[in-house]
Amino acid sequence: MNWWTPQVEATLIAMVQAVVILLAVVVSGALLSMIERRLLALWQDRYGPNRVGPFGLLQIAADMLKIFFKEDWIPPFADRTFFVLAPAIAMASLLLSFMVIPITPGWGVADLNIGILFFFAMAGINVYAVLFAGWASGNKYALLGALRASAQTLSYEVFMGLAVMGIVAMTGSFNMRDIVNAQENVWFIVPQFFGFCTFVIAGIAVTHRHPFDQPEAEQELADGYHIEYSGMKWGMFFVGEYIGIVLISALLVTLFFGGWHGPLLPPIVWFLLKTVFFVILFVLLRAALPRPRYDKVMSFGWKVCLPLTLVNLLITGAMILLIDPGV
Amino acid sequence: MSDPVSAWIASYWATGLFVVAVVALCGLMIGAASLLGGRSHGRSKSLPFESGIVGAGTARQRFSVKFYLVAMLFVIFDIEAVYLFGWAVSVREVGWTGFAAATVFILILLAGLVYDARVGALDWAPRKRGREDASRARELAAVPGVERHAR
Repeated sequence: MNWWTPQVEATLIAMVQAVVILLAVVVSGALLSMIERRLLALWQDRYGPNRVGPFGLLQIAADMLKIFFKEDWIPPFADRTFFVLAPAIAMASLLLSFMVIPITPGWGVADLNIGILFFFAMAGINVYAVLFAGWASGNKYALLGALRASAQTLSYEVFMGLAVMGIVAMTGSFNMRDIVNAQENVWFIVPQFFGFCTFVIAGIAVTHRHPFDQPEAEQELADGYHIEYSGMKWGMFFVGEYIGIVLISALLVTLFFGGWHGPLLPPIVWFLLKTVFFVILFVLLRAALPRPRYDKVMSFGWKVCLPLTLVNLLITGAMILLIDPGV
Repeated sequence: MSDPVSAWIASYWATGLFVVAVVALCGLMIGAASLLGGRSHGRSKSLPFESGIVGAGTARQRFSVKFYLVAMLFVIFDIEAVYLFGWAVSVREVGWTGFAAATVFILILLAGLVYDARVGALDWAPRKRGREDASRARELAAVPGVERHAR
């Protein structure tokens, strides 16, 4: 066998890894819909879905079958192209961000030097999904919801990048593997606590999760930008949101909680444990917090978080030059 | 994956496959659902949802300038962030000189932010009305030479 070189073998292994990571992310995103309902039920003192399969685990299979056989309705007053494109963008942009997350020393799809910037780019593209959906639906609620959503997401993306820059300054690289390796002794949550706080807030706002779910506020906007969506297209927005939760949790672990580093247990177990912890925290936030008013959300982002990240970055820079000037 | 070149090539193939797989997955989900779903027709089905009442006008309309203001602020502060990204990766290389420049830059931006807040560009709620405001207006009217100022 002439063509079976170590090169081909390495390539094949990497490709299989990529597919496994993608499937794991999609499945965990889908499973989260059931897990979230169970957890919310637990905290609200009720059962939640527990009939289909053991502990209701097969609920997701039932939901998926149902949703695939729903009518695929495109409203006659909608702009067809953008109406179909929007849910695909919502899901694809977040899924693609998983490329840059290093899971263990040997696992991960792409080892990009721009690393974290790629995620910001994808988060930026994700805004288009909301805008397209809201505009193409031809519905006033949808339009209002989309404008709210994009205004909120843009406002919080401004300081999301700056929140991470403290870490980038300490590591001297955008590469996610370098960032994880720099946390071998001290996790970045210790020196970058304010960066962590602002990044969590921005992450929740960007995924439109409670308490930042203004765009979908049922009581005010009757579901916001995906009001005219039904069937699988709505399902894609829905799964996209859960994939966003997994993504932000994985990013928090990678950036602030040492990624795969941890004593005793193998790296993959540490990564998964930490990620699951943050996913559950996301659900707990939804169970515990009320939704603030829209103008409060906006002014909090601009007047508190943005100055905080700027000052944090400045102080981090000064500290690096004082303590560890390196070169 | 011993030598770096083969690791690079492997990573490129994996990246390409990942992108293709994501696109294929989204296409499959939309395509399969449109093939499998049923069809039904109804008299009121093709109306936009407006909480059960008959719709008034279309949703293709112009919108409050407030939302464009957000876009403008976003452009200003996000471009600024991009410059700071450049400084952040090279903090150690550019040393105190770069730090001084970044300080001036950030201070100007913070001044801009304070200005935006003061002129009310960051207020999303309508100005408070009611007794407090009315009494303030009366006070102002009582002072000679002070016009009631509206923002």
